[in-house]
Amino acid sequence: MNPYLFGYLAAAIVGLSAVALTRKNPVHAVLLMIVMFFHLAVLYLGLGAEFLAAVQIIVYAGAIMVLFLFVIMMLNIKEEIEGERFTGGWPLGISLASGLFLLLIIMTGNVLPGQQGIYTAQVIASQTDTKALGSVLYTQYIFPFELASLVLLVAVVGAIVLAKKKLR
Amino acid sequence: MNFFEVVFQPGIMDIIVKMLIILVKAVVVVGVLMLHVTYATYFERKSIGHMQVRLGPMQVGPHGLLQPIADFIKLFFKEDIIPAGADKPIFFIAPVISIFAGMTAISVIPFFNGFVIADINIGLLFILAMSSLNAYGVMLAGWASNSKYSFLGSLRSSAQVISYEIAMGLSLVGVMMMSGSLNLSDIVRAQERFPGGFYWPQALGFFVFMVAAFAETNRTPFDLPEAESELVAGYFTEYSGMRFALFYVAEYVGMILMSLVAITCFLGGWDGPFAIPYVPFAWLFLKLYFFIFLFYWIRATVPRYRYDQLMALGWKLLIPLALLNILGTGLVKVLLR
Repeated sequence: MNPYLFGYLAAAIVGLSAVALTRKNPVHAVLLMIVMFFHLAVLYLGLGAEFLAAVQIIVYAGAIMVLFLFVIMMLNIKEEIEGERFTGGWPLGISLASGLFLLLIIMTGNVLPGQQGIYTAQVIASQTDTKALGSVLYTQYIFPFELASLVLLVAVVGAIVLAKKKLR
Repeated sequence: MNFFEVVFQPGIMDIIVKMLIILVKAVVVVGVLMLHVTYATYFERKSIGHMQVRLGPMQVGPHGLLQPIADFIKLFFKEDIIPAGADKPIFFIAPVISIFAGMTAISVIPFFNGFVIADINIGLLFILAMSSLNAYGVMLAGWASNSKYSFLGSLRSSAQVISYEIAMGLSLVGVMMMSGSLNLSDIVRAQERFPGGFYWPQALGFFVFMVAAFAETNRTPFDLPEAESELVAGYFTEYSGMRFALFYVAEYVGMILMSLVAITCFLGGWDGPFAIPYVPFAWLFLKLYFFIFLFYWIRATVPRYRYDQLMALGWKLLIPLALLNILGTGLVKVLLR
């Protein structure tokens, strides 16, 4: 990946997240987050993960943020804008988060690279990224995949139970 | 190394030439698309007029042929009114998002063998990603207008678009399974083995896709977001002049995009029963005109759905049908192997 492109994307992702946090109008914050997701998708594209980039847009920008916006649009925005942006405990939150970040930076030096599998960048490029991901996900990792879908099914059932007014 | 050697290195030249080719292709496609959008409005008014035993536009030019141009000039010079209490930046950006989402998705459609602006591996996913952004233009327009008609229209539309997106994505999975690719050119080539295209082995998927396409483009019988009798004009009630025109164009671009996706995925794309010399895109355009006519034909024929019927149709009929289609396609694929 081109280092200049990476530099721009990294700076834009951090910058947009910071600006989104400080907006008083929640609708503007959601919009900035969508722009941030687009930068994230381009980052995935640069790393050769096309499928992940498309899913990033479809799931996060296209579905989850739409639901966020849906809920926020129901709020009384005028009252929201009047109030304080942050609750009283924000210095504690920031110090905890920066402590974790520091820990992460210290630990990155000790990370061991995993063993090299058969899926090198060339193999993935010749097979297309979607095919490679699918063939591994539905054979080698079928159990964790089914486990994740079971968890999602439980969530769906839970949502229906909550939405139903009367259970017979 | 002098200046010319730096600038005209073979590597840089290659990139510049590639960029220029893409740019020229994009300009051609956008030009042709805009011409089609302009005359799709004329075609709509004419065909619906004749279906209702009227003549449609007749005054401007022979048989009203210059009507779209007159409409455009009028919209261009109209005053741009921004409602009091509108969220200005979002009000401005909403129509741009709508039109951007539709036009970007067209860049991955192959118009004939070898002519596609961006021949990417994840073409079909890209189209789904871009059409999912369409909801933002509508939602933000309704919210930023600070008007109850717009707001109600946008709430209806976002719920509708999210619901039908699922059915649409699932109906295309059958196509992906049969062609084994997400690249739209490869999907068209995979259909050469099936005379006519995937529309008969994937009849169920085709049906679900077409119903979802009508809902995604907010066309009758699913035009609840802009139900005139209840909501004036729905989410773009407060828009006027050029910004209104942008929404209008976005709607027609959406229709053309959905028709092109249907043609590419189910009707064999640029392929036809016999090759027409010198015009490789002829079949694609003939199929496109048929689909555009279908949109108008249905608009003139069926009444609007009620909101709860719309939701029930999407969630209780189309999504199960699309899942059944995936299951069936998978079973047939395994049995034939």
